[in-house]
Amino acid sequence: MTVHFQRELDSLKRKVLFLGALVEKSVQLAANALESRDTEMADLIIAEDRKVDELEVEVEEDCLKILALYQPVAIDLRIISAIIKINNDLERVGDEAVNIAQRVNIMARRPPVDIQFDYILMAEKVESMLKRSLDAMVNMDQDLAYKVCLEDDEIDDMNRRVYDKVKEAIGRQPERVGYLINLLLVARHLERIADHATNIAEDVIYVIDGVILRHAEDELKSTPD
Amino acid sequence: MEHINGRRRLLENSMFWLFRVAAIINGIALLAVVYFIASRGWRAINWTFLTEPPLDSMTKGGILPCIVGTICLSMGAMLVALPIGVASAVYLSEYARPGRVLRIIRLGINNLAGVPSVVFGLFGLAFFVIYLDMGISILAGSLTLGALTLPVIIGASEEAFRAVPGTYREASLGLGATKWQTIYRVVFPSALPGILTGAILGLSRAAGETAPIMFTAAVFFSPSLPASIFDDVMALPYHIYVLATAGTDIEATRHLQYGTAVVLILIVLGLNLMAIIYRAHLQKRK
Amino acid sequence: MKIPKMKVRDLNFYYGKFHALIDVNMDFNLNEVTALIGPSGCGKSTLLRCLNRMNDLISISRADGKIFLDDININDPGVDVVTLRRHIGMVFQKPNPFPKSIFENVAYGLRVNGVKDRAYIAHKVEETLKSAALWDEVKGRMHESALGLSGGQQQRLCIARAMAVEPDVLLMDEPASALDPIATQKIEELIDELKSQYTIVIVTHNMQQAARVSDITAFFYLGRLIEMDKTESIFTRPSLKQTSDYITGRFG
Repeated sequence: MTVHFQRELDSLKRKVLFLGALVEKSVQLAANALESRDTEMADLIIAEDRKVDELEVEVEEDCLKILALYQPVAIDLRIISAIIKINNDLERVGDEAVNIAQRVNIMARRPPVDIQFDYILMAEKVESMLKRSLDAMVNMDQDLAYKVCLEDDEIDDMNRRVYDKVKEAIGRQPERVGYLINLLLVARHLERIADHATNIAEDVIYVIDGVILRHAEDELKSTPD
Repeated sequence: MEHINGRRRLLENSMFWLFRVAAIINGIALLAVVYFIASRGWRAINWTFLTEPPLDSMTKGGILPCIVGTICLSMGAMLVALPIGVASAVYLSEYARPGRVLRIIRLGINNLAGVPSVVFGLFGLAFFVIYLDMGISILAGSLTLGALTLPVIIGASEEAFRAVPGTYREASLGLGATKWQTIYRVVFPSALPGILTGAILGLSRAAGETAPIMFTAAVFFSPSLPASIFDDVMALPYHIYVLATAGTDIEATRHLQYGTAVVLILIVLGLNLMAIIYRAHLQKRK
Repeated sequence: MKIPKMKVRDLNFYYGKFHALIDVNMDFNLNEVTALIGPSGCGKSTLLRCLNRMNDLISISRADGKIFLDDININDPGVDVVTLRRHIGMVFQKPNPFPKSIFENVAYGLRVNGVKDRAYIAHKVEETLKSAALWDEVKGRMHESALGLSGGQQQRLCIARAMAVEPDVLLMDEPASALDPIATQKIEELIDELKSQYTIVIVTHNMQQAARVSDITAFFYLGRLIEMDKTESIFTRPSLKQTSDYITGRFG
């Protein structure tokens, strides 16, 4: 039983990692497309998302199969339940990348508005969080996972700053309100990606020591809001 | 491959036949004995033979005193040996702790089983007949036969007790039963069929033995049936022995000898049959 | 509110020179099912048999330490083992009804404990069979042999037999290991029913069964109690690697 189970689990982990790599790539492309206002790249992201969706379904089915056939317990159970949730998070990250691509497609057709905010920096930070949450998962690295969780606040702050700047800009240029809303939404999508990365990191921590962190955020974070 | 297979099949077949032939020989031997005796004896058997005492220096008449004597002696032997044998078996399998004492007792029982029956006869003569002053009597003969069959009964009963699953004992003790309650209510009823098998074997042996009773219970001739356990009796095996070796006209009484043998066999078979039916009844009730 | 019904304190147990249980300390709470798990030879069955001193039957065995039933140390030389066992019922691995009628099997414990009142026995047998969820299946054939029942029915009969003398504690030594899945399920449902009346200790090799029926799981290895916790904790996040390795099947 163990040998079979181990084989299934290894193959499942490989699929999740592949899904992670796909999604990471989409986010990276979305950041690039945002920077260069490249609609071709944006269309590529939208097209690629089909693969992400298919893989997500496949991973979920594998998880259910393993649960039904092997009834795993303890660490094995936590791994499977974490993979189910991580799988879901990754698919949503893929969707957010698509959302960003759609904003890019809209914005690229209009002249840019500068709101004095470094989207590139935010996108890089989000990318790095996602990447490190996946690294934490691959290496079962608890410390790295905790760090990722702590960084989520920074992204939230950035998102709030974008909100203020966009509000300000709408006041100045009310005729560009449509474009500015799109800019606001891009920040929101990036912030969502960071949230999913945080979820993944929390799941990694759950797998390792069985403690559910989700609702213990206040204790975890050093800087109070 | 073909060659090896052929040889293996040959070996397989020849072993099978070896065992089958052994079994067939066994059956043939039994049938031969029964046929030999029955064919010579059945003509002697009639109502008078079964219900009259011997007449004319045992050359005519029947064998009723012998039949009664043998039944008395066998039953007496069982009355002696069953309680003692079963009690010993209970002790050996349920109470005795493994160790030197148990080994010595068991050695004694096994040796007892190996003692020739004529030695039991001499022991009975010396101890029961003379020392305890019982005289030549059913009592002395039954005690002697009982001693003779004791090892058989102990062996079979102990086997039967050991065959009772340990989980019965544990279940009973687990319900707060004492050891004696467990033995009496669970172990003994379960072992009863096995004990009866032992009793059957013992009874058959007791009914057929000559040597132990010739010094202790049986007489050459007795015209009347025994009135009490202190009387001497005639017995079937001893009667056959007497007719065949010391009769007044050995050749003329051949058919009587064989007839007596047939009756002895039938009595043993009948007693066995009763026990077997009772055992089957017990097993079905479970 | 947890009430410890039995308490094991510094228990050491030896089969001859073999040290089968080492410094075991644990409580068994009222109205809870405690599962003892661990690989073969880990001491879990030995512990179970210490709890009603069934190990006394093995002449070379020796128990040191205290086992309390309420506040009586059952290892005390003054304790009458026969009375003790009336208070601590036991169900065995293989269904072992006596070769008697169904009625007599359940009545057995009453009879050996001196109950003579026939009406009371009849009433008690019926009541017990009802609580063992067996009454409907056997009521028409109470005087037929118990050996004619199916394996699962036999085992429920054995549970009823143990319950008839109204013990405080029920010990179960792999009670479903010889049964098919449906019969196993019935036994497990019964255990769940019974825990409102008893303190139940169950030894099982079937990890899923331990997970399903027990409130507390205790993991034994090489004669020691390694970890004991709420069953859900043991099966989702055991705190020791040995426990985790055992329940996930990565042992040795």
